[in-house]
Amino acid sequence: MDSTAEKITTMQGYKLHVIETDKYKTNTFVWKMKAPLTKEGVTKRALLPHVLQSSSANYPTTTALRSYLDELYGATLFIDLAKKGEYHIISFTLEIANEKFLSDPTPLLKKGFELLSEVLTKPNVSGNAFDQETVNKEKRTLKQRIQSVYDDKMRYSNVRLLQEMCKGEPYALQVNGEAEDVDTITPENLYEYFKKAFSEDEMDLYVIGDVKEEEVKSLAENLLKFEDRTPKKVVTTEIPKKDQVNEIKEEQDVKQGKLNVGYRTNIVYGDSDYFALQLFNGIFGGFSHSKLFINVREKASLAYYVSSRLESHKGLMMVMSGIDLKNYDQAVGIIRDQLEAMQKGDFTDQELIQTKAVIRNQILETIDTSRGLTEILYHNVVAAKDIKLEQWINDMEKTTKEEIVAVANKIELDTIYFLTGTEAVK
Amino acid sequence: MEKINFDQLQEELYHEKLANGLNVYILPKKGFNKTYATFTTKYGSVDNNFVPLGKEEYVKVPDGIAHFLEHKLFEKEDGDVFQQFSKQGASANAFTSFTRTAYLFSSTSDVEKNLETLVDFVQDPYFSEKTVEKEKGIIGQEITMYDDNPDWRLYFGLIQNLYQNHPVKIDIAGTIESISHITKDLLYECYNTFYHPSNMLLFIVGPVDPKKFMDQVRENQAKKNYKEMPEIKRKFEDEPLQTGQPKQVLEMNVQTSKCLIGMKALHVDQTGPELLKNELTMNVLLDLLFGKSSENYNQLYNEGLIDETFSYDYTQEQGFGFAMVGGDTENPDKLADELKNMLFQAKNGTTFTEEQLDRAKKKKIGAFLRAVNSPEYIANQFTRYAFNDMNLFDVVPTLEKITMNDIKTMASEVISEERFSVCQVIPKK
Repeated sequence: MDSTAEKITTMQGYKLHVIETDKYKTNTFVWKMKAPLTKEGVTKRALLPHVLQSSSANYPTTTALRSYLDELYGATLFIDLAKKGEYHIISFTLEIANEKFLSDPTPLLKKGFELLSEVLTKPNVSGNAFDQETVNKEKRTLKQRIQSVYDDKMRYSNVRLLQEMCKGEPYALQVNGEAEDVDTITPENLYEYFKKAFSEDEMDLYVIGDVKEEEVKSLAENLLKFEDRTPKKVVTTEIPKKDQVNEIKEEQDVKQGKLNVGYRTNIVYGDSDYFALQLFNGIFGGFSHSKLFINVREKASLAYYVSSRLESHKGLMMVMSGIDLKNYDQAVGIIRDQLEAMQKGDFTDQELIQTKAVIRNQILETIDTSRGLTEILYHNVVAAKDIKLEQWINDMEKTTKEEIVAVANKIELDTIYFLTGTEAVK
Repeated sequence: MEKINFDQLQEELYHEKLANGLNVYILPKKGFNKTYATFTTKYGSVDNNFVPLGKEEYVKVPDGIAHFLEHKLFEKEDGDVFQQFSKQGASANAFTSFTRTAYLFSSTSDVEKNLETLVDFVQDPYFSEKTVEKEKGIIGQEITMYDDNPDWRLYFGLIQNLYQNHPVKIDIAGTIESISHITKDLLYECYNTFYHPSNMLLFIVGPVDPKKFMDQVRENQAKKNYKEMPEIKRKFEDEPLQTGQPKQVLEMNVQTSKCLIGMKALHVDQTGPELLKNELTMNVLLDLLFGKSSENYNQLYNEGLIDETFSYDYTQEQGFGFAMVGGDTENPDKLADELKNMLFQAKNGTTFTEEQLDRAKKKKIGAFLRAVNSPEYIANQFTRYAFNDMNLFDVVPTLEKITMNDIKTMASEVISEERFSVCQVIPKK
């Protein structure tokens, strides 16, 4: 597991994480910036990275910027937005070929770093505003992006579950922002937000590949400098307990019903029983040997897909499944029974051993890709913890059945959301 | 066991064709935790009309049977194989495409055991009437899921426009009706015809010792009794060069419209280096025309006709092929018109510069390096290439040789009104 040997240096305004490995034929930069998720900020924050990657001061059109990326042996630059707990995280990923596999000796690492720096710090700006045309274009695309969730029923029902379940909490906000707020954004107020984000966000740069730490550090010192800051922390407020399970049915013209069930786990990354929660999720619904898959799909033949996943920083577990409209009661019944079985300790040592083996395997596989490795390491930044991967794996291996049963009893069913077809309603 | 070196990529590939005809490839990847192995048969959804093993006459089997068989192979008399894999810390999966069915696992421990499980379960079918019936419910839900998916409907809608007779136009999973005709006997008939080692390829990539693993596979296969197989006879009806339908509009429960344009490929009898060059040339042409750095892309984006879902792709296998371009759009008719114009401009001699071509080739070379970071990509693509008598590691040298003349010839030959078609998804009124 030497590939996770992460060397962290505090730079001006951000932390640099270097992972030296000769596994890949490319080098990867991941720039992450994190801020609390807020109604006021979410839509600007969703737009900002798209504007930044669309053009820059020295590459003032998309064609110019993208041509230059092609020129650098098809370096890829893409952005990604995520919610982790009550934080909204922007990632810029730049991946570029390692020139040792090319006949052309162009120093691609340096050029890639310069381009990343250009995109982050030299935007296409005139006066105190972003380029008007770029902003308009990206606003239009953002609206389409927000709208497109509706057309993918799997994503849509997941978004709807969270909106209903987390009403009044920041987590209910959409990762791509809110459609009605897009029009309030101007080239001026977005530029204002850009300056604010780069002076207040918690920022981290991961560089992964066949690189030398010293070289990366000196490039970072020269190319990326920001003001020092103390990142804002989210103050979590106690969520009032619901007296009964929230049950929502929504009708649409669909053939397959989407059943999404949300639970509060009351456990987050960094808690002592977090690894027991991971195992709980694995036995319950995370894999094809899990209770949900066996009982909903294999035994009752009700679904093609059924699984559960955790939101580790927010303390949620979500079950998702696609079922026939008429099978709602049966499916919900089976899912409820599986939680009850877990709470009673109705699972075998074999299931536990199996799940440990699969999770261990999953973690080791995840860190085989530079993106996966970054995501695993970044958990520590989000939670402000320092849990080494070895410890993660060891603690999981040591977890007992009793600890998992205790976790099962902390888990509460919160909301059942069902997207049902119009024909199901009599 | 032969060893093939790819010096520039710093990779070594080991190969052996076993006595029973099975081709085994092993690519050691140092520094990785994961080993990934695929066991693939050259049998996909298009193989629906063939002479079953031991028979003389062609039979036509129900749509979706190759995919159904893929599902059923996981089930054994004493439970399902997923369990076995997860006990050994592995995750297993399978997929069926137009031309292949692949079974795979990935794991970071117990690799020998997992490899044994993979090879043994695929080579030991167990189908019963009862479990076949039960699977119809699960696959029925899979089919219904795709029915609600506008991107899938759009993709298949376009293929159905392009192809008149070829079974590529049939949905890989079939329909709820077609799978109702599947029986255990039919599954055995397909299995026995297509799952002979001589029609299959095993690819292992990961931090493995090639010699040890080759020994293991050789021993495993030597224990099993395979008779030599006659060549498989597949039948495809004649397919005209023209598309079946120039346009189709699907109404669905969506808010945003979608539009794909497509073009039927020429020279679909190609294999080997010819096919490799043809598909790479077509890919470069599409990149020049519609890549993010192209003027076309910029124009369409600025006009608000496309967004980030815009993509383009080229598929070619023996007997069929198509290029597709499109994505979500506010104005599907206008997008179709403009894309068509852009294509036809290229046919009539667009002015790509040598500089643009050079950049497009560099971009593809970089993309290839990125792709070979991925064990999944290597195993899956290598197999696809091998089934078409091509070598994955010839991609970069072949790319380097593409000239402006190749691009122009391609554009002038392939782009044609009669091979062009449009498919759209629009919101239901």
